[in-house]
Amino acid sequence: LNLTIDVKDNEKETTLFLKGEIDIYTVDQIKRELLPLTRINGQTIIINFKDVNYMDSTGLGLFIKALKLTEEHNSKMLLTQLQERIARLFKITGLDEMFLIEQTVGWE
Amino acid sequence: MEFDFIEMRFPAKAEYVSTIRLTLSGLANRMGFNYDDIEDLKVAISEAVTNAVTHAYKKDETGEVTVGFGAYDDRLEVMVADYGDSINLADVKDKIGPYDPNESIENVHEGGFGLFLIHTLMDKVEINNTYGVIVLMTKYLSETGVAAYDKVFE
Repeated sequence: LNLTIDVKDNEKETTLFLKGEIDIYTVDQIKRELLPLTRINGQTIIINFKDVNYMDSTGLGLFIKALKLTEEHNSKMLLTQLQERIARLFKITGLDEMFLIEQTVGWE
Repeated sequence: MEFDFIEMRFPAKAEYVSTIRLTLSGLANRMGFNYDDIEDLKVAISEAVTNAVTHAYKKDETGEVTVGFGAYDDRLEVMVADYGDSINLADVKDKIGPYDPNESIENVHEGGFGLFLIHTLMDKVEINNTYGVIVLMTKYLSETGVAAYDKVFE
């Protein structure tokens, strides 16, 4: 399997632990878990990238869409534990300015 | 200059994108590219193939993607060709670029970063859309210093 998602619920906070590769093939799996959560008013969604070893613009696109939804529905999304390669993608696209990103590994 | 050329054809389906980037990763590793450059190459080829696959899906086609590698002493040329309908290149180029912090998030196009990443991660990119879309992108082995030179004078 290219990607697995573990979901941990805690009251108004849900953490998605992603493991594997995020690309055009696997992105829909995350979409199905993530987007409904963004539509819950007051919900905090934490995306844990610790075990994500590959991502490209299909992942960026999904997270942009999710971020837009959080603004519409008064929910919140936090990206955590990004590996250096993944953090770099957000940085070179300028998207690190837009997202709430915490605990990156090897952030320059 | 002498070089080896490798060509492969894959179904234009999402499930093959990871296979294509693994293949490239193996070749780039054999050629002596460093870890970061291999990761750059993997993203760049995935972006190009993803474009081709998305295009095929939209047209409900069961087409193919042709991937070619030119392995030179000092560089790797990667070619990705879809033979579907041509896209409007000017239109696509118009939409690429990094996110501008002054811009509101509603205006950020979700699919707009693929070509931008290809341009950022590779040393040289040429796109031709006369017959289908062909992306030709080059990455130099960093030992030659060409890559560093290009970046400085960009």
